[in-house]
Amino acid sequence: MLPQTRTARLALVAGFVALALLPLVLPPFYLMLGSTAFVAATFALSLQLLVGGTGLVSLGHAAFFGIAAYSVYLISPGDTPLSVFVTLPVAMIAAGLSALVIGAFALRTRTFFFLMVTLAFGQMVYFVFHDTGLGGGADGVFAPRPILGIEGFSLPMGRRERGLTLYYVNLAVMAATFLVLAGVLASLFGRVLVGIRVNEHRMRMLGYDVYAYKLAAFTLAGALAGLAGHMFVVQEGFVNPELVGWHRSAEALLIIILGGLGTLVGPILGAIALTALGEASQQLTERQLLVEGLVILAVVLVLPRGLAGLFSRRARSAVAVEVATAEDTPTAQTGPLGAAAPVRTEAAP
Amino acid sequence: MDAATLLTQVLNGLQYGLLLFLVASGLTLVFGIMGVINLAHGSLTMVGAYLAYAIGAATGSLWLALPLAVAAGAVFGAVLERVLIRRFYDRAHLDQVLLTFALILLFEEGRSLLVGNDFHSVPIPPVLDWSVPISSIFSYSAYRLFVLAVCVVIAALLFLVIHRTRFGGMIRASAEKPEMVEALGIPVSRVQMAVFALGTALAMLAGALSAPLTSVYPNMGDGVLIVSFVVVVIGGIGSIAGAFWGALLIGLVDTLGKALVPDLAGIAVYVLMAAVLLWRPTGLFARAA
Repeated sequence: MLPQTRTARLALVAGFVALALLPLVLPPFYLMLGSTAFVAATFALSLQLLVGGTGLVSLGHAAFFGIAAYSVYLISPGDTPLSVFVTLPVAMIAAGLSALVIGAFALRTRTFFFLMVTLAFGQMVYFVFHDTGLGGGADGVFAPRPILGIEGFSLPMGRRERGLTLYYVNLAVMAATFLVLAGVLASLFGRVLVGIRVNEHRMRMLGYDVYAYKLAAFTLAGALAGLAGHMFVVQEGFVNPELVGWHRSAEALLIIILGGLGTLVGPILGAIALTALGEASQQLTERQLLVEGLVILAVVLVLPRGLAGLFSRRARSAVAVEVATAEDTPTAQTGPLGAAAPVRTEAAP
Repeated sequence: MDAATLLTQVLNGLQYGLLLFLVASGLTLVFGIMGVINLAHGSLTMVGAYLAYAIGAATGSLWLALPLAVAAGAVFGAVLERVLIRRFYDRAHLDQVLLTFALILLFEEGRSLLVGNDFHSVPIPPVLDWSVPISSIFSYSAYRLFVLAVCVVIAALLFLVIHRTRFGGMIRASAEKPEMVEALGIPVSRVQMAVFALGTALAMLAGALSAPLTSVYPNMGDGVLIVSFVVVVIGGIGSIAGAFWGALLIGLVDTLGKALVPDLAGIAVYVLMAAVLLWRPTGLFARAA
């Protein structure tokens, strides 16, 4: 999942530096777009811990993004914005706790069941916000943007300065999420998660409490999705049920696949590519979803290893080394849904 | 709630549940036999519903729409299986998810290009546009009773085909041991195509049948898909009987829930799913491994 060679690490650092220098040449409109891409990347990174890391394909991850966003609205009294030092912990804890509860149920199932159950629970959260008056119902509601700092000492968020501020804040949030996940995956805990992806059965036989590990990963991923959801409110200043909708979860999966399944850089590449693509297709045609659909089709048909896979001939040993070895083993070929249970013989009418 | 209201709601619940069964049975068969998760299955009901709307608008009658939805569904499903789905039987589940998600987007965009994004109501056929009196005040739509009857007949046929015919035997055997079935000289790939075509036809029929009840609107397939997933989770993957009883249970819980506690209606079926997961994580009708 992580760059293995010195050149790859240098390329990674150079990439971050390039992103940090980009505002010097970018017009303001593209700053907002970049910021949107970083939020999407943070969200996709959190999902990558489950999909690429643990082998759990969740279709309900947007629930935690949305719960965090709504919690910012729900704790802000009236139209008064709160400090980010209050809203961020609350949002992440709310998302993490919801992930703990939903995960406790959903992780009782595996593979396809898990996919369907996470989708269903995500939709349940959608209906909670859609059908009740909790957060503006179906139309959503404006939410006061949290203050980036404390009262009297905060980052500039005026209409003019907002673009630049959000660009750097969200770039920093994305980089922090990347580093946290890199640390997690390099730790013993992370190695166990990867072990569960490659061969869940073996990990169980080795004495690991697989369920507990998966639940911990699910909770952490939920909390980090909450971080992304919180930053969405800081940027956009509104919440609506679409934040929770399963299309957002599917789009995050697309970002992961687009960028490259087995790498931590993948979600960042994928998010930037998808955001750029969305913007380009919006400017060229009214049919944004048509373009998105065709792109997904093209990716799954001709580019199954994602953008990171494009570089893999040269950087195979560097960026994508782990996924390469994992994919070469027969157990991993049943896919990222984890244990290589022979699905066909398992499920019968 | 008096007896007549209760009866109306129970009938509504059964009718909704049976329509769900038409969708969920295809989903569960396609998964059970080919191991493919088809997110676009809900969108196929949308296609069926719009087909009913278009044919209704052109000919002024729904009668042509129902057989045509089945026929078009069978052909469309067969083509889809041959051209795209077949390539994904051995791919990672994540790829299947993305492929079928792309299909949803493409179906919706196709619908938007051809018919536009407006809501449309579909008239009930005049022959069935009357009501059966239940009590002095209440009466029940004849069309809903017709839908109920059609679904019951189809469910019975499906059981018979799968459990009593040679073709059904091939289907069940292909789900168990495809290589062995192939070795016995049965063209498994044809069976797979037929199963996908059958599932598509059932989903499109469900869409066409429900068009006069719900009217047709963009993204109408999303809700159907997710509730069908809940049905499959409750019933057990790959089980037709599970899909049947699961669908009826969900239909009744959802309809009665909406009548009794309108605020929590959307959530009732998911609470039920959570309860089933706690009790029997593989579904109520899953066979013991």
